[in-house]
Amino acid sequence: MTRRFEETPEEIFAREEEPVEPHLAPPAHPAVGLHTLIGGWARQNLFSSIPNTLLTLLCAWILWEAVPPLLQWAWFGAVWRTSDPTVCREAEGACWALITEKHRFILFGLYPWGEQWRPLVAIMLFIIALVTTCYPGFWRPWLLGLWTAVFALCALLMWGGVLGMTFVPNDQWGGLPLTLILSVVGMVCSFPLAILLALGRRSELPAIRSVCVAFIEFVRGVPLVSVLFMASVMFPLFLPEGVTIDKLLRAQVGIILFTAAYLAEAVRGGLQAVPRGQYEAADALGLGYWRKMGLIILPQALKISIPPLVNQFISMFKDTSLVIIIGLFDLLTTAKTALADPQWRPFFVESYVFVAMIYWGFCFFMSRYSQFIERRMETGHRRT
Amino acid sequence: MSDLPRTATREPTVVWWNDRRVRAILYQVLVLGAVVLLAFYLVTNTLDNLESRNIATGFGFLQREAGFAVSESLIEYTPADSYLQVLVVGLLNTLKVSFVGIILASILGTIVGVARLSRNWLVARFASVYVEGLRNIPVLLQLFFWYSLITEALPGPRQALHPLPGVFISARGLKIPEPVWQTTHLWMGAAVLVGIVGAWAVGRWAARRRERTGQLFPTVKAGAALILGLPILVWLLGGAPTAMDVPELRGFNFQGGLTVTPEFTALLVGLVLYTGAFIAEIVRGGILAVAHGQTEAALALGLSRGQVLRLVVLPQALRVIIPPLTSQYLNLTKNSSLAVAIGFPDLVSTANTAINQTGQAVEGIAVIMAVYLTVSLSISTFMNWYNQRLALKGGR
Repeated sequence: MTRRFEETPEEIFAREEEPVEPHLAPPAHPAVGLHTLIGGWARQNLFSSIPNTLLTLLCAWILWEAVPPLLQWAWFGAVWRTSDPTVCREAEGACWALITEKHRFILFGLYPWGEQWRPLVAIMLFIIALVTTCYPGFWRPWLLGLWTAVFALCALLMWGGVLGMTFVPNDQWGGLPLTLILSVVGMVCSFPLAILLALGRRSELPAIRSVCVAFIEFVRGVPLVSVLFMASVMFPLFLPEGVTIDKLLRAQVGIILFTAAYLAEAVRGGLQAVPRGQYEAADALGLGYWRKMGLIILPQALKISIPPLVNQFISMFKDTSLVIIIGLFDLLTTAKTALADPQWRPFFVESYVFVAMIYWGFCFFMSRYSQFIERRMETGHRRT
Repeated sequence: MSDLPRTATREPTVVWWNDRRVRAILYQVLVLGAVVLLAFYLVTNTLDNLESRNIATGFGFLQREAGFAVSESLIEYTPADSYLQVLVVGLLNTLKVSFVGIILASILGTIVGVARLSRNWLVARFASVYVEGLRNIPVLLQLFFWYSLITEALPGPRQALHPLPGVFISARGLKIPEPVWQTTHLWMGAAVLVGIVGAWAVGRWAARRRERTGQLFPTVKAGAALILGLPILVWLLGGAPTAMDVPELRGFNFQGGLTVTPEFTALLVGLVLYTGAFIAEIVRGGILAVAHGQTEAALALGLSRGQVLRLVVLPQALRVIIPPLTSQYLNLTKNSSLAVAIGFPDLVSTANTAINQTGQAVEGIAVIMAVYLTVSLSISTFMNWYNQRLALKGGR
């Protein structure tokens, strides 16, 4: 078979100028202009539009059947405010009164009732710090200072014991603050470890490389549940007699080690994407290993790996819910415990929907942010 | 001039501790030493602790009687059997839910991924809402939700839903009639295998013929006819046995029939819906990654839209899809360990009970990790093999 026509160099050039990243390409609408292009296809298209019409009708029917009862349940027939579950039992719709009654327990767990403004302020600080970090214009050294301050303030608020605040031991922490602490502390602590692991995996020294590869592949091969089990029942055995560390810290260490392996793979992707010329140029300048990495390679590699890092953060944020299995009072555990009262038990949907919306809000925001960063990166560095 | 060759060959004068080779060895010795020391420290501590708490070590406990019942098992199991037996039961349950889950999640993900690219606006919106909704909610929360929905919202056995004769849906699970075992069923099973092999052979033959002559053969229909038709034929030839073990309400629960437990259903539904959302995104990304010119060229050649998708777009998209798909399969398998939270007796769940009963945490967790590592490695090996096969086929 011979080729029908040859492309001119200009055409080839033009073709290569097209966006290569698939996800950047505008959504495909393959059939646009099909009628005008090939008349013979019109009939086939009409034929194929019968299933299409059927699909539309099916979707419309599902909407028609599902939306009014859903609205009726969630809004019009819902009970918003009562401390008596029997009222809810007689009502037609959702029992949001469960949330009105128990939201403080779900959000803050067993934290002393009168002191719950402290975790609330801590959450606010965390969120402000997160949102500030999200703006690339603020990626300056002072951000580290901000985070240190936020961590110190949060620790102060959560533990208390000074400035007239009563001391709250961390086995009374719970709910959203605990989820945020586990995930943010997990991210911050696993990140340096991940960079070391990624560098180790790309190292030329075989012993270091195999240690890192073994750790990463081992952790990625086992479920988080087993790592948490290990943290909860095996860590106490690892420590010398008489030394104990509390459950929260053990779970945190487990999450840090687990996340580090996944983050290391994201960072490794970034390291591999840095052009070889950069490595060679750094060598030619006579930089040592750490200066080469710290000044030349890592700044570029980390920038490339921000989107996968954010995705990893999202999945870790969701995965902190697994600490329920070793008995920590995170957001999911409190939602489940709020249902322990048999009177409220039939209204599990409301409790789970409430918590799901919180998780969803955080994750959706972060995934949108990851997409925004990705677009921003593409227009900047990678093209040149 | 006479100095030049000498300077070129002379070793650069560095102190020995600045020599790269010395440093390389030094670093490696340091790291290895630290790892060995840490391991030694942990192991001695653990042994000391185990001794002071009078906890036995070693895998001898595997032979002892387990003494606890499990709610469902693929093989015969009684509480009098050994711990090894109960761990095998757990492993089989893990494999069962992962296998079924992977197949269903792939189907769901492919459909939703294609639907999200549909020209039908309504269908695309539906798919988007599903994907964005479910993948941003922790899978454990979803499992709790489905489990509560089944056990709380469904009626008890006495008021069980009865949509079809012999089928009962209640808080105790799904009950369906089970065919009474006959030798014909064995032959039907063999016929399914023959059908699958036949369908594969037909597919190969049709692909070869298509490449040689350009003629199309209805591979999908022929394959379906072989896989479904052969067993039915065998069934008819075997005298069409219809004896069924129909579930019946006796006392407070059902007797007879096949049970799909609420735990299994909740786990399966949760995992499939969650993983399906991720697979949908992977499929969508893969299809978008195929250059648009490919679609246009295929349409210009006169292929129908279905043929374009099946013969041109999907084979190329698969190369992009397979690697991330593999990691989703691995995630699903690893997430099946969340069964422990809703009481499905998977490997982690049974091993956890064994740990609680014997106190042998180290061995129990070692078993869990070793098994998951093996399963993960097997899945990634298989998927890598498949990926390579696809890559070779393209002749690139």
